[in-house]
Parts: sequence; structure tokens; C-alpha cells
Amino acid sequence: MMKVITGAWRAPAAWVGRSAVGTAAGMGRFGQFLAGIGHALTDVRTWGPALVAQMGRIGVASLPIALFIAAFTGIVLALQASYTFTGAIPKYFVGVLVGKTMLLELGPVLTGLALAGRVGANIAAELGTMRVTEQIDALETLGYDPLAHLVVPKVMAALIMFPVVVAFANAMGIVAAWATALNLLDMTTPEFVRGLRLFFVPFDVTYSLIKAASFGLAVATIGCFFGFTTWGGAQAVGRSTTQAVVLSSMVILVLDAFWAVTLL
Amino acid sequence: MSIVLDGVAKRFGTAVVLNGVSLEARDGETLAVIGASGVGKSVLLKSVVGLIRPDVGTIQVDGELVTELRRQDLYNLRRRVGYVFQFAALFDSMTVEENLAMGLSRVPGLSLAERRERVAESLRLVDLEGFGAQMPGELSGGQRKRVGLARAVAIRPKYLLYDEPTTGLDPVTKTVIDRLILRMREELGVTSVVVTHDMTSAYRIADRIAMLHAGRIRYLGTPDQIRASDDPVVRGFIDGRPELMQEPVT
Repeated sequence: MMKVITGAWRAPAAWVGRSAVGTAAGMGRFGQFLAGIGHALTDVRTWGPALVAQMGRIGVASLPIALFIAAFTGIVLALQASYTFTGAIPKYFVGVLVGKTMLLELGPVLTGLALAGRVGANIAAELGTMRVTEQIDALETLGYDPLAHLVVPKVMAALIMFPVVVAFANAMGIVAAWATALNLLDMTTPEFVRGLRLFFVPFDVTYSLIKAASFGLAVATIGCFFGFTTWGGAQAVGRSTTQAVVLSSMVILVLDAFWAVTLL
Repeated sequence: MSIVLDGVAKRFGTAVVLNGVSLEARDGETLAVIGASGVGKSVLLKSVVGLIRPDVGTIQVDGELVTELRRQDLYNLRRRVGYVFQFAALFDSMTVEENLAMGLSRVPGLSLAERRERVAESLRLVDLEGFGAQMPGELSGGQRKRVGLARAVAIRPKYLLYDEPTTGLDPVTKTVIDRLILRMREELGVTSVVVTHDMTSAYRIADRIAMLHAGRIRYLGTPDQIRASDDPVVRGFIDGRPELMQEPVT
């Protein structure tokens, strides 16, 4: 027999119930959204022409912030490595730590988190505004599949451009660390490069780029989903934008752990 | 061919918005759907083009069952239906010309020169020649509505759906929009459904007026018939007397 919850537990139980139903419904909508993207992928005539412009907006325009973050990360990595190793481990290990850490972790993750803010928020706000001002409905009435016209170019562009941005960020981080080693740590270029090459394997680069591509896919898909499903007015657009950034950041960290478990 | 709704019902959560709406817009006529704000007029109009799927009932447009169409067939049908949005819904990152050309690029067999000519012709229809290079943000409310109308008619539809075309406009601009709606019927021969709560506009443009109330069609008749109606709900709405619209609970 079903037991009816009464008294002080009623409100929290109702909240848990509502949250569970809301989460399940949200996952259902996300599943439908992904299925719609899958179907829209076949409409290349619609999304193809918009791809290059989106690659510029999502990738090229993100380079300055990614390079800025990478440069300072490289500087700090070199200094902290030197501080940690002094007196115990040869100096050229600074290059080992900088190379491995930039490629395997900080390059893709810090860039991914920065782009979750920049790109994810931008996408969610743009699509959310289009939704509440009925521009997405207008597209539909003009015979366009809005997923093919608006969503697929963004997702494809992020999938392609995140690895490109991360590759530049990795290079910038290593160059900044090398400059720091030369100028502040009394190291020579051969010393730094020796460390850099010591444990380097080409798979490190592949791993970095796989992570970056998965982050791009997650950030763009989540941003598009929250923007596309915005319901209400300006406040709803703000809420969608926040949700997109928070969830993208969380998914990046989960994916980071997932790739470490599965690929390393 | 016409637009036929049969027993259409739609609810959002626990709120029943449409509760068995049956209505027909006959070939070549202008049908106004009136009703208080929030009564479901826009939901009704969006259901006609498949933007909202009703829970129950059927909708037939140009002989095709909208409620049964596959996605691609629905997009094909929409090429025959122009939709004028309440706040125009212009693409704000595009110029007026680009807005108008959006729908035309989906029309098969139309060359680039023909598209340009169609855009210019549609802007002429709404008296906005020379506005093609402007951005939507540079236009007034009335001009935006006219561009929205031009975009809807650029594809030369057989049907035109207007969602509150005169809301938020001054009386002079309202008259301009009403005249444009009449002109569209005369020059393009379209069948139109106009959702509005503006009675002056409804009397001016409609062949018949349907009143939506409590999820159903409460009254359907010509402008003269609705003016003479003694139904308290209809009277309450057209005379602006809410106390008449409160029906006793039975």
C-alpha cells in the first residue's frame, strides 16, 4: 500500500518529486533536441553556407582570450615547477612539467572553461533572444529548419575550432614558459627543450585535441539547447545563459575525468 | 481551398487554452478572430502553421492535414502560408532586403534577378521603397510591421495569417495597416485569418468575425451581426464591459 507523506516532510518530498520530474523532462527534451540535430545534419544545403562565418565567430574571435590565459598559465607553470624542483630534481624537468601539463590538462581545460563562458553564453543569449522575439518561429514559417540553419553550423564550428584554439593555446603556454625559464630561471634553451622532449609522446597532442573537440561539442550543444528552449522574456534569456555556462563548465570537468580514465 | 479547424484542443500543463475549436476560413475571405488577451488566439494561429501541435483535433490547410504532415511536407506547405508576427519578428542581424529574401531562397526555380525583383515589388506593396538597406533596429514600430507583412507576402502565399497586426500602433498607423491587409486581399487574392483584439480593425477588414472565449468559438458572424449580437460575453468584449463577461458557474 502506498504511504502518504504528511507533516513536515511533505514540502521537501514534493520538492524532490518536482525536481526529479523536471530533470527527467529536461533530459527528454535534450534527447529530442539531439535527435533533431542528427536529422538536421543531412540538410547540408542549409547549414553549409553558415559554417565558415561561425568558425570565425567561435574560433578566430576566441583566440585572444585563449592566448592570454595560456601565456600566463605557462609563466606560472614554469615558476612553480622551478620552485618545487629546486635542490631536488634537475632544472630541465621544468620543461617536462610545462609540456605535459599544458598539453594534457591546462591547455584544453582552461581554454575550454574560458570558451564555455565566451562561446556558450554568446550562443545561449543569441538563440534565447531569437526565441523570445519569435525569430525562430519566423524561420520556421519561411520554410527553414531552425536546427539546420542556426544550431548545426554552431555545433560543427565549435567541434572544428576548439581543437584549433587549444593547439594555439598549448603552443603559447609552452613559449611563455620557455621565455620565463630563459629570463627568470637561468635556464638555457637546450635545457628547457631537453625537458620538453624527455617524456613527450605524439599521443599527448592527440589526447589534447580529442579533449578540445569534445569540449567544443559540449559547449555548443548545451548553449544551443538552453537558448533554443528559452521560454519567456528577458529574464528567461538571462537564466538560459547562466544555465548554459554553468552546465557547460561542469560537463567539461566531467569529460576531463572521463578522457583521463578511458585514454590514459 | 480553405483553412479548417475541427475540434482543436490544446493545454499547457494544467491550463486548458483551446477546448474543441472548430472554425473555417473560406476561400478568399478575411476571417478575424477576436478575444481577450491570453485567451489563446495566438496559439490557434500558430497551430494552423504547425508551430504548435494541438493535443486533439485536426487542422486542414489547402487540403492538407497539418496535424499529420511529416516535417518536410510541413515546410513545403508553409511556402503557401505567410505569417505576420505580432512584433514583426524580423531577423535583426539582417537588412530589410535580406529579411525579405530569406523566404524567397526557399522557393524553387526563382533566379537571383527574380528574387531581387520580388523583394522590390513586395516593398512597394507596403509603401516602403528605398528601405531595403535599412536594419530593423532603424525602423519605427509601424514600419517594422509593414516589413513583416512584406516578408510574408514576398513568397506570394495563398494564405496570410496575421497575429495582432495593429497592436501597439497609433490610430493613423493602424489604419495604414488595415488598408494594407485589404490591399493584400484585393491584389493577391489571399485567404486571411487575422487575430486581433482591436474591434475597429476587425470591423474594417473582416468578412466574418469569430470570437474565442473560454477555449471555444463563442460567436461567429459578419461584422454587422456581431455588432447587433445580444450575447452578454460578446457584448462585454466589444463594449469593454468585463462584468458582462463573468458567466455564472452552473
